[in-house]
Amino acid sequence: MSEQITLRVARYRPDDEEAEPSFADYDVPLRRDWTVLDGLNHVKEEMDGTLSYRWSCRMGICGSCGMTVDGEPKLACATFLTDLAPGPVHIEPLANFPVIRDLVVDLTDFMHKLGAVKPWLIREEEQPVEDGEYLQTPAELADFKQFSMCINCMLCYAACPVYGLDGKFAGPAAIALAQRYNLDSRDEGARQRLTILAQPDGVWDCTFVGECSAACPKGVDPAGAIQQAKLAAAQQAVTSLLLPWRSR
Amino acid sequence: MISPLEARYYRRPIPLLWWARRRSYLTFMVRELSSVFVALFVVELLLLVRAVGGGPAAYERFLGTMAEPAMIVLNVVALAFVLLHAVTFANLTPRAMVVRVRRYRVPPRVVLAGVYFGWLVVTLFLAWLVVG
Repeated sequence: MSEQITLRVARYRPDDEEAEPSFADYDVPLRRDWTVLDGLNHVKEEMDGTLSYRWSCRMGICGSCGMTVDGEPKLACATFLTDLAPGPVHIEPLANFPVIRDLVVDLTDFMHKLGAVKPWLIREEEQPVEDGEYLQTPAELADFKQFSMCINCMLCYAACPVYGLDGKFAGPAAIALAQRYNLDSRDEGARQRLTILAQPDGVWDCTFVGECSAACPKGVDPAGAIQQAKLAAAQQAVTSLLLPWRSR
Repeated sequence: MISPLEARYYRRPIPLLWWARRRSYLTFMVRELSSVFVALFVVELLLLVRAVGGGPAAYERFLGTMAEPAMIVLNVVALAFVLLHAVTFANLTPRAMVVRVRRYRVPPRVVLAGVYFGWLVVTLFLAWLVVG
């Protein structure tokens, strides 16, 4: 008999008239090369096909398998079972989001917030296609590359107590992605975005707990992005107060 | 409008002691609550200005009140919290500010050292002003 580890998984099945989640234990093989996601896939395929969770790439790119593992927001595909031995491993849905079923949470709120900060290249005048691409030097790319690594896995929202307490807060990933475009040399929309970010529920709700950056599996540092956006928003406000002719 | 599907979502209540779960959450709460002490220093400064404006007698009265042991204890506690705010604020500077000299990004450690150096210079200036 090979070594086993217990996965204590939160189950929530509203179809079965369950008012709140309960935990179910599954004993899965403890293999050196198995992540929490491999364990869950084993449960789904061999033990209980009714378990629901999101996953796709198995390699920390798609951002689908974010969940709470032993109280910490983690990507299930990047968290090895051997690091959690002897268990039992507590697996719950991501914190701060409403649970649809088992480990699946509703991310609609983030989708609205992401769209609101205009995370795309904004140009005052679009250059005709025949003129080619908007060119950029490697140094200009380096200015924002870190913030472009976000995979929308929502670990930062699950780690953020401000978002947990006040769901209206724009949140770490949306602000980091706004800042990613603000810093892009090809973009001309920083003023529009900073105006949105400086609203109530924008950057100023952040009190720099820093847990978003600690939770981020891609080293994006959303907490840093938010502080940079705060500084830029403050500079914009002072500029428009002192030099109103420079702001349109 | 909440759809019938959304109505069945499970929304986890936030436990009353959520902030005790993690050191960083605790620091966050301490910072939020201790802002009161930062405000206290501002109020004291305003009272000082008023006392100075009120003439020598009012100023002496103010100094007398501030020398009460209870006031000294309160101010020592307030100073500790103000230092906590100052240090945590200074430490976030390298992440909030990207400093460039020409095209080169100044390393975060150097930015942080600059902040503390600036703090030291201002402190020395104030100490010279008060003592010297």
